Amino acid sequence: MADQEKGRRRRRTKGGPPSGENDGAGLGLAQVDSEKIDDLLEEIDSVLEENAEEFVKNYIQKGGE
Amino acid sequence: MAIPKVLGTETEYGVIIRNRGHHHQALAAAAVIDSYPGGPVRVQWSYEHEAPGSDARGFGHENFGMPDPDSALINSVLSNGARLYVDHSHPEYSGPECFDPREATLYDKVGELVMARAGRVVQEALPPNQQIRLYKNNSDGKSSSYGAHENYLLSRQTPFGKVIEYLPTFLVSRQIYTGSGKVGSENHRPACSYQITQRADFFEEVVGLETTLRRPIVNTRDEPHGDPTRYRRLHVIIGDANLSEVQTFLKLGTTALFLHAMEDDALPSALELAEPVKACWQISHDLSLSQPVALAEGGSITALELQFLYLEWLSEYARRHLDHPVWTELLEEWEGVLLDLEEDPFRTSDRLDWTAKLRLLEGYRSRENLRWSHPRLAALALQYHDVEPSRSIYHRLVERGAMRRMFTRSEVERAERLPPESTRAWFRGTCVSRFGASLVAANWDSLLFETNRDGLVRVSMMEPLQGDRVTAGPLLGRVSDPAELIRELGKKNG
Repeated sequence: MADQEKGRRRRRTKGGPPSGENDGAGLGLAQVDSEKIDDLLEEIDSVLEENAEEFVKNYIQKGGE
Repeated sequence: MAIPKVLGTETEYGVIIRNRGHHHQALAAAAVIDSYPGGPVRVQWSYEHEAPGSDARGFGHENFGMPDPDSALINSVLSNGARLYVDHSHPEYSGPECFDPREATLYDKVGELVMARAGRVVQEALPPNQQIRLYKNNSDGKSSSYGAHENYLLSRQTPFGKVIEYLPTFLVSRQIYTGSGKVGSENHRPACSYQITQRADFFEEVVGLETTLRRPIVNTRDEPHGDPTRYRRLHVIIGDANLSEVQTFLKLGTTALFLHAMEDDALPSALELAEPVKACWQISHDLSLSQPVALAEGGSITALELQFLYLEWLSEYARRHLDHPVWTELLEEWEGVLLDLEEDPFRTSDRLDWTAKLRLLEGYRSRENLRWSHPRLAALALQYHDVEPSRSIYHRLVERGAMRRMFTRSEVERAERLPPESTRAWFRGTCVSRFGASLVAANWDSLLFETNRDGLVRVSMMEPLQGDRVTAGPLLGRVSDPAELIRELGKKNG
């Protein structure tokens, strides 16, 4: 535990007004740099299930636990 | 001094066979358990010491939680000490008892490998137009949820009232780094586009015994799977199943550390919330992590501020009382994730499922100009959790180095075969490997052998930390068959 004190940084205070909107506009988060993940998204396109609508609609589970 | 936090996870997986029509889930779950090729021993799981209807508050529910008689038949004990079975029509992997949160994270990860292997065998037997899918998630997006439970060993001397007082605030605030992310809301909670956790919408009580309806933040099931005069097993049901290993480690590690400090009366305040149930879904719905929740004694506080307070208290506690390096590693990860969440949640997208998934969804949404309700977004979000690496979006991130791992593939494969070495899981798993043919039933706290010489003999394991490799290894090293093992155990105890 020797490093604990050294490593203890004080938390920064958040700047700017809080944005609690969760309406799909900006989600209160910085926008994703879409260029950076463009090739990843293309790769995802190639593995996504066919007939997404049917796939999602039919995924019905019994409650568990 | 608090007792060691022996711990483990149990995860119900989502399962469906595409193009199979309706009402096949129980069958599919049974096929998964039956098909696992990893050398399990199929034994009767004995319910003798299980009492899911017992209540830690000191009263029992009649006729509550009786196991489905059929489910007992589809039950495997694996050579790593885990249990693989069907629970409420879901295939469930219950990892073995582990000594620390790092080890418990590894054995939780093994569950994904087990399900993937079993799924491939099921697929071979299906007609070509039908495809099995298995998901490590907690919701079907249509208001049905299935669980990812955590278990922690507590001292019986710890008053349960203290757990009820202290634990809810910790559990609802830890959601900011335990959530796996979900598109939309369920169970009549306010609408949202995306939220931090899969599970928060389903919690409706602060304290209670149930797990399938009116789910409580603190579950009171009192079923110690050990000496009931010495132990409790705290059953935490509010967490999400995580793909990210760092995230599982944080979830288990911070909670174990919290419980350590709580048992030692080292927490300065319970920080009770005015409305824990409301705070639970509010925190999950607040992607900006900036909306405060009300404290019982007045004033308000954000989940992030609460977690920074816990970090400060528990760092101090660990420095004074715990010297295992796992806690240093945990505290560094914890501090790093809180600072990054505060700065910009997307900075955690190499460690947290909810931000990793949200980053992809936002990118996909803006590229295709899709509304949040578009089924391709829901499909992407679901497929993040597929256990089959060739289909899993999570695995795409891992392969690109965009998601950190804690374990190598060979470490996970080794843990699929071999049990943890420091708990009774070592004895169970080793007996499965060596004497599986003579094992007729198993439970967390006992094994039932049948030999020609002795008939049925129960070997009791009421101490979670006995039966480890160091103390039980020499005994298992010198016996060559179960009859000899039983004879030697008789000498030891007699």
